[in-house]
Amino acid sequence: MLSYALRRIAVAVPTLLVIITLSFALQRLAPGGPFDQEQTLTPAVRANLDRVYGLDRPLAVQYAHYLGALARGDFGPSLSQRDFTVSELIGQGLPLSATLGLAAILLAILLGIPAGITAALARGGGVDYALTALAALGIALPTFVTGPALALAFGVHLHWLPVAGWERGAPRYLVLPVVTLALPVAAYLARLTRASLLEVLRTNYVRSARARGLGAARVLWHHALRPALLPVVSYLGPAVAFVVTGSLVIETVFALPGSGRYLVQGAIDRDYPLVLGMVIVYAGLTLGCNLAADLLYGWLDPRARRE
Amino acid sequence: MSEAAAGRGLWRDAARRLGANRAARTALILLGLVALLALLAPPASPWAFDSLDWRHLAQPPGLAAAHWFGTDRLGRDLFVRTLHGVRLSLLISLLASAISVGIGLAWGALAGFAGGRTEEAMMRFVDVLYSLPYLFIVIILSTVIGRGSIAVLLLAIAAVGWLTTARIVHGQTLQLKRREFIEAARATGVPTAGILVRHILPNLAGTVVVYAMLTVPQMILFESFLSFLGLGVQEPYASLGNLINAGAQEMESAPWMLLVPAAFLVLLLTCLNLLGDGLRDALDPRER
Repeated sequence: MLSYALRRIAVAVPTLLVIITLSFALQRLAPGGPFDQEQTLTPAVRANLDRVYGLDRPLAVQYAHYLGALARGDFGPSLSQRDFTVSELIGQGLPLSATLGLAAILLAILLGIPAGITAALARGGGVDYALTALAALGIALPTFVTGPALALAFGVHLHWLPVAGWERGAPRYLVLPVVTLALPVAAYLARLTRASLLEVLRTNYVRSARARGLGAARVLWHHALRPALLPVVSYLGPAVAFVVTGSLVIETVFALPGSGRYLVQGAIDRDYPLVLGMVIVYAGLTLGCNLAADLLYGWLDPRARRE
Repeated sequence: MSEAAAGRGLWRDAARRLGANRAARTALILLGLVALLALLAPPASPWAFDSLDWRHLAQPPGLAAAHWFGTDRLGRDLFVRTLHGVRLSLLISLLASAISVGIGLAWGALAGFAGGRTEEAMMRFVDVLYSLPYLFIVIILSTVIGRGSIAVLLLAIAAVGWLTTARIVHGQTLQLKRREFIEAARATGVPTAGILVRHILPNLAGTVVVYAMLTVPQMILFESFLSFLGLGVQEPYASLGNLINAGAQEMESAPWMLLVPAAFLVLLLTCLNLLGDGLRDALDPRER
């Protein structure tokens, strides 16, 4: 198990480093700077601005400085929101985004796995058909369509929930965002669980469990479900990536002050440090969750540890 | 002679199987209709995508009205704008798919065929990019290059689209490489480039066509996603993404502005996915 864990870490860490280097290089080598969209600056002011932000140094020096600062958790000043450092902006937005993502994944698990089990047990019947169709729809609809559609239905027409916004963190402002974000993940989990449980139910050991006279519930709980959920565990890594991506849209649709909105706004403003910092934090998070999912999988299924 | 007939047979077989698939057939017909509408209707309409009709601001849809799908707050015709968006989405996604499938095909086939350290390095590069959520790559690229131009958008979308194709082609090439007919070609002295072009690539054609088809809806999704976030197609040009974004902001007073482009997007995505699935089943009947 230890060597498996070390092998996984040995893949994740260089990946993060490559991402840091790539995004740094891309952003610094590109045409267009953060001060391009301002009123015309005199050369002296321009030179001063460049010096304050270190933009006049050689690239290698900028890179070394950046890496050193990163190690201290300092992502530098934001270029578009002058009064804040990137770390402050991330610190402001991340708790909300993390709550949103975590709640969405939990809800998706609570909805998707039981739906998949139900469909698998009712295979070929009307319930199975309905659930499979729903799952296909959930996977096909992009969040930037379902989000506004749900807000239109439950906010504008039914007045059950707020359409958008965030008033001092009242939970009801999170309901629609979390549901929107959870739906595609739940749909995917349902499809995955259904397929994998059907496969397990066909195996010999399930048949022999039945042959020993065990009841359907016992066969399901003690024999079929655990192996059937293995692929679901391995999907959790990609699910985190999906939720991270989806939160950008959700925070835009529902006007939530999370870090995803800073990332989008930063990209529009060409705020290099902000975008770079956000991408690194998000990439680190995604890679970390992938790693955790891999380790969990390896712990659950010894076969995965052999390479 | 017989070889040529057999070669045609595969594709003719696939076309027959595709035709027999009711979902795929319906999808193809619907797609054809939408594409035709998107091509022919805007020039035939009295309104341009950016012309303002001051007498009909934020007009709801109606067949008897001057604007079938209504207008936005500036009095722009939503029918024309939506179809312009469809046209742009189809154009961008087809081009981006062609570019990314081309890159993926070349990358995967070369890596698979080269073997050794080259292969290792090439595929590791793909793994690294793959482990990042694709959106970050696109966001970095659009931060770097700036927004607004369709060429940039194309580049950004294609830059992430080729990864899946590269992986699949790589795997297929590895399988093909071990087959007897490649060994025979080598034994008879066909040069490496010749083997790649004459024997490997034609055998990849089925897979590549299927993935190209499945890439198109992905690309439409990327494009509208970016345009929705404000990083893609910019006003006054219409794309399904920025129309949906504009509609979401006006949905309390003018819900049709959201519903019309959203319906077209969902229709396009569903049809393209059904068609792609049908094509996969048609070209590879063993799957089912």
